[in-house]
Amino acid sequence: MASLDDLKKRIVSVKSTQKITKAMKMVAAAKLKRAQENAEKGRPYSEKMNNIILNLADGISDKENAPKLLAGNGQDKIHLCVVLTSDRGLCGGFNSNIIKKAKTYFGKVLGEGKTLKIITVGSKGYDQLKRLYSDKIVEKISFKESKNANYFDAEKVGKIIIESFLKKEFDVCTIFYNKFKNVITQIPQEQQIIPLKSSESEGSTSEDNYEFEPEEDEILSNLLPKNISTQIFKAMLENSASEQGSRMSAMDNATRNAGDMVEKLTIQYNRSRQAAITKELIEIISGAESL
Amino acid sequence: MSEEFKVEIVNPEKSFLSKEDITEVVIPAFEGEMGILKNHISIISFLKPGIIKIFSKNKEEKFYVEDGIVEFKDNSLSILTSSIFSLDKIDKNYVNESIQNAEKELSDENIEDQRRFLISQKIDVLKSINSN
Repeated sequence: MASLDDLKKRIVSVKSTQKITKAMKMVAAAKLKRAQENAEKGRPYSEKMNNIILNLADGISDKENAPKLLAGNGQDKIHLCVVLTSDRGLCGGFNSNIIKKAKTYFGKVLGEGKTLKIITVGSKGYDQLKRLYSDKIVEKISFKESKNANYFDAEKVGKIIIESFLKKEFDVCTIFYNKFKNVITQIPQEQQIIPLKSSESEGSTSEDNYEFEPEEDEILSNLLPKNISTQIFKAMLENSASEQGSRMSAMDNATRNAGDMVEKLTIQYNRSRQAAITKELIEIISGAESL
Repeated sequence: MSEEFKVEIVNPEKSFLSKEDITEVVIPAFEGEMGILKNHISIISFLKPGIIKIFSKNKEEKFYVEDGIVEFKDNSLSILTSSIFSLDKIDKNYVNESIQNAEKELSDENIEDQRRFLISQKIDVLKSINSN
């Protein structure tokens, strides 16, 4: 059994861990508020962009000559996966959830005998994937220096993707990120961005007759690269809100667990202290009796 | 009947401006400046570097944009742009810096004509801002 001194030391160390987790929780809570606001403010842009593109895609007359970014290049051989994760750890299942989702997709792609390429954004994703897929990772990007998700970073990623698409280095591009639902739930998402899937918002495809200036194709070919950066930016915003939320609940749990542990250790400490006293008393009494 | 319509300018980070009492907007559309009044036909266009002028009843606001998309529908004008600055608040140093960067890019021989056109547009506009 551990000596009294050892127990005392453990209690102190658990208590100081608890202090750290508590502080991290507070920080995450404050950051979460900002990240959540940003994510909400960023939504109108990506939604509007999506709507306009859907309208345009509907109005396009010559479907066969549609821009490749919209329709794909007709092949389905090389898959590029962009996995967006955080740069910092200690945020519960945040990164592992994305990785799990991505790994299932990787398994599917590889099972069909297709080529897989991976771009990781954020160092944690790279750390988790490099063991199994190090030969598949073509690029790793990390934005450790930038404090908040910002559009310029997203544009950088977008440019890399578009350039390699134009070089015909892949056929299909999918991004993985966590969608922020609330503090407790973040849903890992996979979203195909090249070719663009005109899914979901069917109600908005109205019969409006738009006037286009210049022609549809030209607008589209200008818009689509922007849309990719926008989608990535959206994913980054959602991700940063999710990361803080996930960290907050993880740290909340850790604080509570530390509290439980301190309680248990204190009881143990008190018991063994009492046992020691009782033992000493018995020794004294039996010593006195034997006289 | 009122002659006012709604304008919303969004950039990726937030909703930049949203107003409902706008009488006229002039935008630097790709094929030339375009004025938009109420009941304009639905239109989608994109922007080249230039000045957006927004008129309400007794006020006029000016913004510098680098690129963007414009959608007008049901008397509401949405402008999506990644870089926009109010002319009143624009930073002279930033303007000078952008002019320098743009000129550097322009000196590169291997750029497409369209890109070259956009950059020289940008330089012109920025210079005109500076001279004011």
